[in-house]
Amino acid sequence: MNHPLEKPSHRDLGADLPAVTEDQRHIGVAIPREGTRRLTEGRGQFIDDIELPRMVHVAFWRSPVAHMRIQHIDRTAAQQLPGVVAVVTGPEIATICKPWVATLAHLAGIKSAPQYPLAIDRATWQGEPVVAVVAESRARAEDALALLEVQWEELPAVLNTEMALEAGTPLIHPELGDNLCFQRQLDTGGVDEAFARDDAVVFEETYVFGRHTGVTLEPRCQIADWNAGDQKLTVHHSFQAPHMMQDLYCRQFGLQEQQVRVLCRDVGGSFGIKVHAYPDDFATVALAMLLKRPVKFVADRIESFSSDIHAREHRIHAKIAASRAGEILAFEIDDLTGIGPFSMFPRTSGIEGNQVVNLTGGPYKHKAYRARLKVVFQNKTPTCQYRGVGHPIACAVTEALVDGVAAKLGLDPIAFRQQNVIPDDAYPATGASGIKLEVLSHEACLREARRLCDYDALRAEQAALRQRGVYRGIGVAALIELTNPSAAFYGVGGARIASQDGATLRLEPSGALTVMSSVGEQGQGAEAIFAQIAADAVGVDIARVRVVTGDTDATPYGGGTWASRGAGIGGEAVLQAGKVLRANILATAAAILQRDVQGLRVLRGAVVDLQTGAPLLDLAELGRIAYFRSDTLPKSFTPELMVTRHYAQRDYPFIFTNGVQVSHVEVDVDTGFVKLLKHWAVEDCGRVINPMLVDEQMRGAIVQGIGGALFEECLYDTDGTLRNGNMADYLVPMAAEMPDIVIGHVQSPTRSSELGAKGAGEAGTAGAPGAVMNAINDALAPFGARVASQPITPEKILRALGRI
Amino acid sequence: MPTPIDHPTRRLRVDINGQTFVRDVECRKHLSDFLREDCGLKGSHLGCEHGVCGACTVRVDGQIVRGCLVLAAQADGHRIETVETDTPSPRLRALQDAFIEYNALQCGYCTPGMLMAALDLVERRPDADREAVRAWMSGNYCRCTGYHAIVDAVCAVLDRQRGGSFDVATQEADA
Repeated sequence: MNHPLEKPSHRDLGADLPAVTEDQRHIGVAIPREGTRRLTEGRGQFIDDIELPRMVHVAFWRSPVAHMRIQHIDRTAAQQLPGVVAVVTGPEIATICKPWVATLAHLAGIKSAPQYPLAIDRATWQGEPVVAVVAESRARAEDALALLEVQWEELPAVLNTEMALEAGTPLIHPELGDNLCFQRQLDTGGVDEAFARDDAVVFEETYVFGRHTGVTLEPRCQIADWNAGDQKLTVHHSFQAPHMMQDLYCRQFGLQEQQVRVLCRDVGGSFGIKVHAYPDDFATVALAMLLKRPVKFVADRIESFSSDIHAREHRIHAKIAASRAGEILAFEIDDLTGIGPFSMFPRTSGIEGNQVVNLTGGPYKHKAYRARLKVVFQNKTPTCQYRGVGHPIACAVTEALVDGVAAKLGLDPIAFRQQNVIPDDAYPATGASGIKLEVLSHEACLREARRLCDYDALRAEQAALRQRGVYRGIGVAALIELTNPSAAFYGVGGARIASQDGATLRLEPSGALTVMSSVGEQGQGAEAIFAQIAADAVGVDIARVRVVTGDTDATPYGGGTWASRGAGIGGEAVLQAGKVLRANILATAAAILQRDVQGLRVLRGAVVDLQTGAPLLDLAELGRIAYFRSDTLPKSFTPELMVTRHYAQRDYPFIFTNGVQVSHVEVDVDTGFVKLLKHWAVEDCGRVINPMLVDEQMRGAIVQGIGGALFEECLYDTDGTLRNGNMADYLVPMAAEMPDIVIGHVQSPTRSSELGAKGAGEAGTAGAPGAVMNAINDALAPFGARVASQPITPEKILRALGRI
Repeated sequence: MPTPIDHPTRRLRVDINGQTFVRDVECRKHLSDFLREDCGLKGSHLGCEHGVCGACTVRVDGQIVRGCLVLAAQADGHRIETVETDTPSPRLRALQDAFIEYNALQCGYCTPGMLMAALDLVERRPDADREAVRAWMSGNYCRCTGYHAIVDAVCAVLDRQRGGSFDVATQEADA
């Protein structure tokens, strides 16, 4: 490094817990990701950077209206444009790609209709792909789109979720009988009794969560290449779960795994957007097979807004009861959510609402809970799992109710939470919804959050400023976050989505270490922490470790990146493989040195004497002998210097994390503008592998949560046309609007793995909307005004204040 | 409707990171596509193609521009700098180091544009404080980091510049 800078002030956390390796020097330490240097030099390799021989480009003609019947497609003029290779319609693609229906057996009653890569006779949302135009360049393909003549009959669109189930509303899929995708009811009993108690104080409110989307800066993109000679498909894909796509291509196109290679190298943001199988993914593969040449698809920004999955769009009526003594007695919610015209493949669009049901009230020790969920079809872009998946909604509803009832009781929000959270010494515990909670630390996190933000000083300042007409608010949100899922999430429902992951570690002849993991990298730092774990598990310096991910031909089989599982699942596999490799290294050394293995250890790149620490054999020398001079080894001994281990979490359905966030805002009551002054988050993701990377996962996720809380919404006209499908009109957070974010850590390792790590990628998004909404309502409290609809725009604040 | 078959082209001569490129390109092509498709320079990225996200930020004659809002033809005879330069200035090198040190990038897609915008700030607004850095960097979207670490990294380089770290290097470069 030419200009070493002063190291950022991330506290190393490794020493706070018992070590999991013999000579732990990397786990728990804020080691920068030197592997990102190439990205700072413009030397990444994103999909659009890849050019293959004979490659052509596809652009899709997408439905311009929310619901239409396709009457006639005239492609003559488009086909005649020089440079155009093919113009292909839905029925032609359907000859080689089967349709799909996204349901899960454990979401009882969930239904959807067959979906095709390109619409066959009807298009059911604005943005659904209908015709594919393939040309020598993307620009030429777009030229040809303008020459395509499509006649259609516009059909009535179902947009409003409230109307979707009413008699007289048109059916999006008549064969399904109604517009209901999924419903669920949960009732512990005792709810009515709790609300009817003499000493019950009840607070109720209706919460609205707007549709928003992930806006990965690199759009969805892929290159599909069918080699007819090999009968082999290679797909370069900007994606989170390469093996899942390999499996889906096999199933939809009638191939086998050895015929399909999926490569996911640099991925320019994912956030759950790039874990779903989109119609245009299959269409691009189909085109490559039909044309027998590589086909590149890169969504432009308007395509991203209208065809990337959206998320949220919930309306929840909710209430809470607490006793006058300050004990939370019961929660009740009624959730209505719209998911577009199809349940999304293969994870389904029932999960987000299902999570809201599972998670509402999650931090607290009440026993009575009732939830109703209705998931309805509508003619808008399909929704599915996006960072946080139900958590931001459940947390915002829960925490707004908790604040609401605390205010009615005249209790301080933090003190009221301290009184009602499941205590830290009560685990394992079961939440009212039935969720199993292994080990959480709500009390410790509340204490740490209070200290970190200097809560009492903030309150004193707030009171003083109110006298001067300055309205600041402090919002608190406690949260739980589902991570490290078992097969209970998808596998038991019949989805071929792996909950296990694998790691292969190979000692190279030079003593370097290569790690191959089925969990890939989209910027979170998975490769970096795998290197840290591998270095400690084997006993080498991190500079000698290289990590390979994102190639179904090269890595073990596994689930990839979703549900905050990379560190906890993928990391445990690396640790276990590393420990076995270390043992195999020692066995090899014993054979070479003709010494008892018990007297040896691996230390910092060499085999040393256990007692004296004297160096005996450098790993490079060990590698040289093992790989090139097997003639010198005992005939009965074969060095095994490549080890694979897999890990699946099987102790609990999920390993929950927890945390507390505090938002400090100032509301301008004349303009309705919210200034975010500062944000604090205390998180407990179990063992922290790299404190800097956990901090940055938290910060990035918090800002995405803030985006949904204050700015981001996919706005539709009354005819179902997306009004703001561009980056100028769809507001994502910018640097100037965002606050500094202070992160604190509590570590309660999971006992379900030796590593003890839980996930850290989504908790920020889970807690931020609730904390910010509570802060705004705290600021508005002197006016008796409240907001409960996100995004909380200046207009909504002014309406709440009665100013407009 | 006219058939868009033959788009007029123009021969361009452009200096990019100190190397001269001569190419015939369609007049409608924007600078980013020219850099990426015609010059093989994939370092500047396209996030929105309507001038909002800043991922395509490069410098033309020392001035940062949105590569997606400038036509390649407009760059004819001009000097382009991108993050791919083999000879980064001491300030650019320091920013690259600081981005790694502070983890001011995650997926790295916005990073080339972010670095060019930050370089412009470091050179033109040496007195910028944290708030000014946040305001300046608001022309560039990052969806991963939440910006905090980016602001930290840029502020660290500004601090070092104020401490005289680049004085010697600047003299060497000028000499």
